[in-house]
Amino acid sequence: MPDVDTGHRITGTVNGAAYDEVVDDRMTLADFLREKLRLTGTHLGCEHGVCGACTVIVDGAASRSCLMLAVQADGTEIETVEVLAEDGELNRLQAAFKKNHALQCGFCTSGFLMSVTAAMREGAIRDEGHAREVLSGNICRCTGYTGLVKAVLEAGE
Amino acid sequence: MTTMIGTSVPRREDERLLTGRGRYLDDLDLPDALAAAFLRSSNAHARILQIDLSAARELPGVIAVFSGADLAEIQKPLAPKVLHPQLKDFPRLPMPPGELHYVGEPVAVVIAETRYIAEDALELIDVDYEVLPAVASTAAALEPGGPLAHSDAESNVAVLLTQSAGNTAEALRTAPNRLSEEFFVMRGGGHSMEPRAVAARYEPATGQLTIWDTTQSPHYARQQLSVIYEMAEDDIRVIAPPDVGGGFGPKAQFYGEEVVIPWVAKKLRRPVKWVEDRQENFVSAMMERSQTHRIEVGFDDDGMLLAVKDVIEHDQGAYCAGLQVPSITTATVPGPYRIPNIEIELRACYTNMVPTSSVRGAGRPQAVFAMERMMDRVAEHLGLDPAEVRFRNLIQADEFPYKVGITFRDGSPLTYDSGDFPRLLEGTLDRLGYAEARAEQAKLRAEGRYIGIGIAAYVEGCGLGPYEGAKVRLTNTGRVLVTLAAAGQGQGYETVYAQIASDGLGIDMDHIDVLTGDTSRIPFGQGTFASRITATAGPAVLDAAQQMRVRLVDTAANLLGCDPAEITFTGDRASLNGDLEKSLSLLEIARVANIGKHGITLPVGISAGLETSSYFAPERAAYASGAHAAMVEVDPETGGIEILKYVIGHDCGNVINPKLVDGQVLGGFAHGLGNAMYEEAAYDAEGQPQATSYLDYSLVSAAEVPTVELFHIHSPSPLNPLGVKGAGEGGTIPAPATIANAVEDALRPLGARVNRAPVTPARIVEAIHGDEQALAEVRGS
Repeated sequence: MPDVDTGHRITGTVNGAAYDEVVDDRMTLADFLREKLRLTGTHLGCEHGVCGACTVIVDGAASRSCLMLAVQADGTEIETVEVLAEDGELNRLQAAFKKNHALQCGFCTSGFLMSVTAAMREGAIRDEGHAREVLSGNICRCTGYTGLVKAVLEAGE
Repeated sequence: MTTMIGTSVPRREDERLLTGRGRYLDDLDLPDALAAAFLRSSNAHARILQIDLSAARELPGVIAVFSGADLAEIQKPLAPKVLHPQLKDFPRLPMPPGELHYVGEPVAVVIAETRYIAEDALELIDVDYEVLPAVASTAAALEPGGPLAHSDAESNVAVLLTQSAGNTAEALRTAPNRLSEEFFVMRGGGHSMEPRAVAARYEPATGQLTIWDTTQSPHYARQQLSVIYEMAEDDIRVIAPPDVGGGFGPKAQFYGEEVVIPWVAKKLRRPVKWVEDRQENFVSAMMERSQTHRIEVGFDDDGMLLAVKDVIEHDQGAYCAGLQVPSITTATVPGPYRIPNIEIELRACYTNMVPTSSVRGAGRPQAVFAMERMMDRVAEHLGLDPAEVRFRNLIQADEFPYKVGITFRDGSPLTYDSGDFPRLLEGTLDRLGYAEARAEQAKLRAEGRYIGIGIAAYVEGCGLGPYEGAKVRLTNTGRVLVTLAAAGQGQGYETVYAQIASDGLGIDMDHIDVLTGDTSRIPFGQGTFASRITATAGPAVLDAAQQMRVRLVDTAANLLGCDPAEITFTGDRASLNGDLEKSLSLLEIARVANIGKHGITLPVGISAGLETSSYFAPERAAYASGAHAAMVEVDPETGGIEILKYVIGHDCGNVINPKLVDGQVLGGFAHGLGNAMYEEAAYDAEGQPQATSYLDYSLVSAAEVPTVELFHIHSPSPLNPLGVKGAGEGGTIPAPATIANAVEDALRPLGARVNRAPVTPARIVEAIHGDEQALAEVRGS
């Protein structure tokens, strides 16, 4: 519940759509996305910046939305997992995740997708070592990463 | 139609999870829901002398604050799952008003407009504690005259049990060779990426409570709540949301928060939601593993095992959530080996740490660690190859059903149903290139490099009772609905059980839906734990689907005026020998037999209500098995371990969806690797947890987990009609033993001993430096 005295008005875009909201100083970007905008595809796994489940892309950079305040995102362009599908179909990376069984419970999946999406924009994923490096900023407790590595190699070539 | 069982059908769950449309508990829309936050004990052992909630209650946005004493009506014991007549049990209360027994135990709950405000209010609660001496290890717990974990106890012992077969004392006394060692396996957690969460809404009009719970066992939660609240089971609906972010054991347990939140929602007549944060998860979700094994083996000069004696100290934590884990440990020690004389002594004791219960592997990794480390020591003692020593002792493929000689946790004779342990081990070693690996090891060792090969074999009792069930119904939209009591946490139930139902019905799975984990949709259930659902719910779904096929065929034959044997299904149409001119859709069948016409008599021969159900109760546990082998290089200067090659051989009987089984095994392996090399839920001597963030507690990432070669053999279980066993934990179980064996093998020239898991760089260096001569050898040469 934003405190009017300490609330800040923030504007920007999320997945291309403009928003104009008043938020409490201390509201995290993750809570802003989840609770204010109801974009619940972004998940909170540790809230201290290690697990990576909350990763979103802020002005092109993969960012931990649990470690960022909503007010810090003022004026930025944010992308979340909800933007990835193309015309209602899984995009290349999402399809590669599905094909290679790169997800089980799915809770960490959004964060992985956003981390890898940001990395792929920087260039092709060269080899397995590179894929593992790209994936190593996020934690998955279900898959053992085998499917994730395959998916990234397949989508990132 | 092709057979669905045995096919790697893509998962139905994936689209929503990949597009951010999953529905985890914290994503559910609960209009006007209040947020809850718990104040937790900051002391490992303390008595609440006074608690002042007034400042917290006055904070704007706070709706209510309750201490344990304020909710006296629900302070009833949360019952242990697996009991024993000799268990000394202490009541685990949802939010104790008096004595507290671990850091993290709930003390008070704040209900506020937002979680931010609720956490602010926690800071305003003033508790006056009398701090009591704490117990932070099994060694301290069993020390005569030491502090007591519960002040009113006579000792910290929860239970002392002995299981034996043959005459172990005599066999050890007369054995040509005897070796003994002490091993320790560290505490670790489940660490599902989604922590625990509970939300509840009370309907005053009906007196019903609806509870959303990330539990692995919704029916178990309902049963507990029904007893504690003194409410009828039908007035409590527990729903595990369609998506739960991992379970791994801790979510199969029942916790105080699950009692407090719905009760508060009922009291306040407002929906209330509590989502555990990671910091809370570290100090309140149940953990597992910590055990000390003092194991002695007697063997002849050929390495044949004559006797095994294992004395196990098990850390129950602050309360007994059940004896399931230590019972599984005692039954898992003998593993895949013929052992004529076995004596296993369990000393389960209380400590002032988070209570323990199952975490993926559930008591088995520790047993396998002790036994498999000793198999290597036997080989070393006799100068034999460790693989050869194992082969000589393995139970052979023609010995099933094999009676181990001791009893299972339900008191029945421990019996392995099927398997082929020699073929599994042989396949594993072939894929590792065992002979070449040994040659390579010798060559590199001569060059001063420390290469080691580790092997571990195991058995896993899975598919446990008492039962699991399924309902199959033709809905009013003409679709077949399969309802399971079991709740999934990422295993792919919506896919797997549609595959099984499809084969049972002979109807394409496109016309079949699967719903899980809602007590209002199916009356009885147990839950997802102990790698049991495929082997229990699987046969139930198959049977209910086969019954439904008979009902559908009979109805269609009656309406089409033909013999039931002439009915076939094409898509959603039942036809006379495939002739679509003479066919009926499932919807048309539903209209006749289920929907009906008010006041109009059913056609002759049609029986109303197309719904079937089945509950499958296995006679006993099915035994999966496996073997792991690793080749590693150890840097004796840094203690760093590099895994050069890792092979997993796995046998879980028949498989329903091979790709998903691979996923279970490989995911389990990553967890086991964490236990082998990284994860340490450390406490200091006062019972203060020392690892409460992922900066202190390392979970493996893609950078740590090596590529694994995985293969399967399939020894069908005779205990269920699908011939299936469990796959959820096998990958985890032998990993710590395999890595420890490989590391000790690598360091054999230095004589370093690896007696605990995880095997960390610091411990490796310590093990080496324990021997100054070895240190000089490493540094000086």
